[in-house]
Amino acid sequence: MSDRNEISRNNAAPANERPVAPAIDVFEDAAGITLLADMPGVSRENLDVRLDGETLTVEGALDLDLPQDMRAVWAEVQVPKFRRVFTLSRELDAARIEANLKDGVLNLRLPKMAHAQPRRIEVSAA
Amino acid sequence: MLDIMLTRPQSLFDQLEAMHRTLARSFGNEGGPGAIRPVTQGSFPEVNVGRTAKSLEVFAFAPGLDAASIDVTVERGILKISGSRESGIPRAESRTQVYANERPQGRFVRAISLPDDADTSKVDAKYRNGVLRVSVALAEAAQPQRIAVQ
Repeated sequence: MSDRNEISRNNAAPANERPVAPAIDVFEDAAGITLLADMPGVSRENLDVRLDGETLTVEGALDLDLPQDMRAVWAEVQVPKFRRVFTLSRELDAARIEANLKDGVLNLRLPKMAHAQPRRIEVSAA
Repeated sequence: MLDIMLTRPQSLFDQLEAMHRTLARSFGNEGGPGAIRPVTQGSFPEVNVGRTAKSLEVFAFAPGLDAASIDVTVERGILKISGSRESGIPRAESRTQVYANERPQGRFVRAISLPDDADTSKVDAKYRNGVLRVSVALAEAAQPQRIAVQ
């Protein structure tokens, strides 16, 4: 699985509107790959996970329910959008992807195709 | 630069971190006073603060926490948000390979200095979708008093 930044498309928007890439943890075990992404402020309705061929796109919009008359005093998070794009490898079974969003953390489970799981090959004596 | 490499021979990333910190110290701040409790770039959680007519709203972007374990305290005009976050990566399993470990983990503390008109007896905290929102009421502006002249 590789991380691909869509450089040309993202640079078209001004810097303060370009979506931010969420921080991720990615780890692999014998059965598949797990991806965790920090997307605080994103609720299920505003989360979009799309698979297009081998390209997996994770997008989310922050919704904080801000009061109308609020004036910003200090803003470390300036863009209310997340986006990160990945290229999946062929041994992952796209039909069985599972996604879970809890407390702003997206948990994506990408199982491997059954035939791609590690097998031990018996060596027979000639 | 050479002395950075001499003192931290272990990892390339340690050297890059040390260099980044040195550069941030030389070029950060830009002459103006910094907060007395400085925050290094990329602190967790990130914080936004806004002000309405009646309250100060503090948003801490801290996903993946147990609401009961977040510590929010107000003491002497400082709002402190602290807690700790466990790694999402399963520990020490022999067949697990880690490809990315960008999510911050471990203990965190953020301190926010409250304005003079903050009413620290009226503080409210809610944790939703990974964002901790702390609302501090602001004291009503004193009404001008008319004093009768005898």
